Amino acid sequence: MEWNFEAGVPIYLQLMDGFRQAIARGEYPPGQKLPAVRDLAVEAGVNPNTMQRALAELEREGLVYSMRTSGRFVTEDANVLETLKKELSDACFEAMYEKLTALGMTEIEIREALDRWLLDRAGI
Amino acid sequence: MNEYGNRTLLQCENLTKCYGSTTALEHVNLALEGGRIVGLVGPNGSGKTTLIKLAQHLLTPSEGTILVGGMAPGRETKAIVSYLPDRDFLPQWMSLADVLRFYEDFYTDFRRDRAEEMLANLQIPNRTTIKKMSKGTREKVQLILTMSRDAMVYLLDEPIAGVDPAARDYILRTILTNYNPEALVLISTHLIADVEPVLDEVVFLKEGQVVLHQNADALREETGKSVDGYFREVFKC
Repeated sequence: MEWNFEAGVPIYLQLMDGFRQAIARGEYPPGQKLPAVRDLAVEAGVNPNTMQRALAELEREGLVYSMRTSGRFVTEDANVLETLKKELSDACFEAMYEKLTALGMTEIEIREALDRWLLDRAGI
Repeated sequence: MNEYGNRTLLQCENLTKCYGSTTALEHVNLALEGGRIVGLVGPNGSGKTTLIKLAQHLLTPSEGTILVGGMAPGRETKAIVSYLPDRDFLPQWMSLADVLRFYEDFYTDFRRDRAEEMLANLQIPNRTTIKKMSKGTREKVQLILTMSRDAMVYLLDEPIAGVDPAARDYILRTILTNYNPEALVLISTHLIADVEPVLDEVVFLKEGQVVLHQNADALREETGKSVDGYFREVFKC
């Protein structure tokens, strides 16, 4: 995974976002074992405690789980993964909605424009 | 977890150091725990090197106390502290092989195999003398030697000054890969942006005084700025 950190946002939150995306797009498939904290930290160039914190938070969210001796794994719970995808796509829609309403578009106009855009994009 | 985990490994109480009429450190109170990587940041002349030299017994306090692993700096503390000075410290005539033997003789906690493994990545012939190495190579070699000790405290004085960005990444990776997880790593630097992601905590020194000591991520959260951005604000000229 490529990491680029933004200024002014805690690094553990940015790490959590990165993992959410990677899990959602299947880079870390369900049931996959995650590398050791230290290896992940070295790869991202961050402090191991920060990486540990990010993973612990993801564990609280149920996206990963740990087995006492064998390490951390990506959840296999289909509901959790589906909710994750929905949350991530909702966030994209939210951002898009805000930008388009800021341009003065109404919801009906947005819906029509989106349909048209999808058709244009497909070359139809 | 061993006896050092999360215990205070560097403690300053009312620590003051004067050079003649100049005060380099003024009433510093500071406690740093094991298991952390701490950035000691401040502009030139703010007292960073003075603090590190006091911890390494290269200087003695004018007032107040400094304890390393609960002990006053001296022979016993040097056995548990691995120190990287801010300038070249290896004799120029020594070859890489000489240096490895030298470290092995000097420090019981030196892990020669670890040093050799890291040095192998740099592909420097064993017979190369320190004098013949480029500045960047020399800095990497010195850091490798420092990180190859199983120390409880690592004092790294400007480990990334004067090297190119690729070497900087190499050095930071070397620190992350090799420090003992219960140890305290204190990195002094004015290149904050480069080391920021590896830090647990930051200590800001200004004119010999500690003006801030905080968790790096908490600082980013509170100020909405990078540690580097906040530093520029605090130390605006």
